[in-house]
Amino acid sequence: MAAFGTRSGSPRNRGGSAGFRFSLYALVSIVIMVLDQRLDWLERVRFALQAVTYPVEVVLNSPVTGWHWLQREFASRHALEGENRRLRARLHELEMRTLRVDALAAQNAALIGLRHSLPPVAERWLPADIVNIELGGLRQRILVDRGERNGVFRNQAVLDDYGVVGQTIHIGPWSAEVQLITDPDHDLPVQNERTGFRTIAVGTGDPDALALPYLPANADIRVGDVLVTSGLGGVFPSGYPVGRVTEVHPSAAQPLARVLVAPFAHLTTDREVMLLWFRQGNPASPLKLLGGQLTSGNPAVQPMPAPKPKAAPAACTPARAAQKPGVQPSGSAPAQTKPAGPLTGPRKP
Amino acid sequence: MSASPRGAIFKTALIALVLTLLPLPAWVAIVRPEFLVLTVLYWSIQAPWSGGIGLGWFAGLLLDAFQGPVLGEHALAVALVAYLGVHEHQRIRTKPLLQQSLVVFAVLVLYEFVLFAVDGWSGHPLISPLRWVPAATGALIWPFMATVLSRSYRPRT
Repeated sequence: MAAFGTRSGSPRNRGGSAGFRFSLYALVSIVIMVLDQRLDWLERVRFALQAVTYPVEVVLNSPVTGWHWLQREFASRHALEGENRRLRARLHELEMRTLRVDALAAQNAALIGLRHSLPPVAERWLPADIVNIELGGLRQRILVDRGERNGVFRNQAVLDDYGVVGQTIHIGPWSAEVQLITDPDHDLPVQNERTGFRTIAVGTGDPDALALPYLPANADIRVGDVLVTSGLGGVFPSGYPVGRVTEVHPSAAQPLARVLVAPFAHLTTDREVMLLWFRQGNPASPLKLLGGQLTSGNPAVQPMPAPKPKAAPAACTPARAAQKPGVQPSGSAPAQTKPAGPLTGPRKP
Repeated sequence: MSASPRGAIFKTALIALVLTLLPLPAWVAIVRPEFLVLTVLYWSIQAPWSGGIGLGWFAGLLLDAFQGPVLGEHALAVALVAYLGVHEHQRIRTKPLLQQSLVVFAVLVLYEFVLFAVDGWSGHPLISPLRWVPAATGALIWPFMATVLSRSYRPRT
C-alpha cells in the first residue's frame, strides 16, 4: 500500500508523487466530510466508531475515576457527616417544596381547561455516569456511559439535579456523546420566567456562560431573571430551569443587547447526569417541528375534549413564530383556523 | 541501512494519541499541544519515505473518531501537515531546532486554519481566539519533542 511506502523507495524518487498522494487523501477527506454533512448513513459509521473509541476513553479516564474512588473511600468521617447533614437539609427543603406540588398540578390542569389531571411530563429518567469531559478542547462535549443498548436516542434531553445540561448528538452501543448547552454549536430555545418572552440561548464555549444574542436592545430583561426551556425546538420539554441572567449590556448604538446567562446545571463538576424520556402528548412536552403541515392539523397537539380551543392555537403560534423570527403571528393565522375545524365539528350535532 | 522506523513510528504515535486524549483540567486542555500532529510532522521530516501522508491521514481520522465535529476534518488537516513535512523535509531537517520551531509554528497555524475553515463551512463555527493557542505551545514544545522522538529510533548508517 502506498500509505506507508516501501522500504526500498528513496524519498527523492517519490518526492514527485507526494503532491499527488496528498491530493488523493485530501479528496477522500473532502468526500467523507460531505457525506458526513449531507447524508445520514455515516451515522452508522459513527456508531461503530463509538463502539471502538468508548473502551479507549474509559481506560484513559481511569486515572481520574480511580482518584475520585480513592477520595470517596478515604473521605474523613467529618467530611461525610457534613455532607450527610447538607443532603438531609436539602432533602427536607425539597420535600417541603413538593408537598403541595400534586395539588397544584391538579389545579393547574383544571385551570388550563383539561378535565383529567395530567401525568408528569417526564416518563422516566436514567442516570448516566460521565466518562470523559474533554472530548475536544473548546467544544463542550461529554461522553456518558449509556447508549443504544439502554434505549438512548439521538437528540435526547440531558439534565442534572439543577437544570438543563444538553442533548445527545452521537449514539454508540454503550455510550453517547452529549453536547452541552454551553457548546458554541448549541442553540437552546428559552423563555424568561418573569415576562414570558421567548428567545434563543446560544453556548459561548465557556462552561459558565450562555449568551442571548437575539434580544433587541429594548427587551425587558434584567439581571437575576430566571430562564426556563420554552418547549420549542422538539428536544426539551417546557419549564425546565436553564439559568439566571448575570449581565445585561443594552447599547444605544447596537440594535441587539448583550446578555449573559449563568447555567444552573453544574456543568463542570457533574459526575452524573440524567437522560430524560418524556410523554408525547403532554402539553409540556417539546413540540415537534411540523414542517409546514399545520394546515392539516395534528390531533396529537390538540387537547381533545377542550371546551375552549384557545389553548391549542396559543401553543402553535410560538412554534411558527420561532421558526421564522420576525414574522408576525398574523402570517400564520390562516393555518390556525384550520386545526380549529375538527374541534368545532362536534359542536354541530 | 537499517529496517524502516515503522515500529518506532507506531509506538510514538500511539503515545501521542494517548497524550492528546488524556482528560486534563480545562485550562491545561486549552494549552495542550497537538502531540499527534507534532509526531506526524516529525516523522514526515525524519522518515518521509516510511511515514508520510498516509500515516498523517490515518492519524487525523483517529482524531476525528474521538473529537471531530465532522468526520474527515482532522484527516485532511493532518495529511496537509504531513505533506508539508515530506515536501520540505530536506530544508527543515538541516535547520537548528529553534529555527525549526518557527517553521513548525507556521505549519501548525495552517493546520488550525484548515480546522477553523472546515468548522465554519460545515456549520460548527468555533470563533474563539483560544483555538490558536495549541499552535504556539506546539512550536514551543517542538525542540523538546524532537529530542525525545530522535531517541526512539536511531538509523544505523
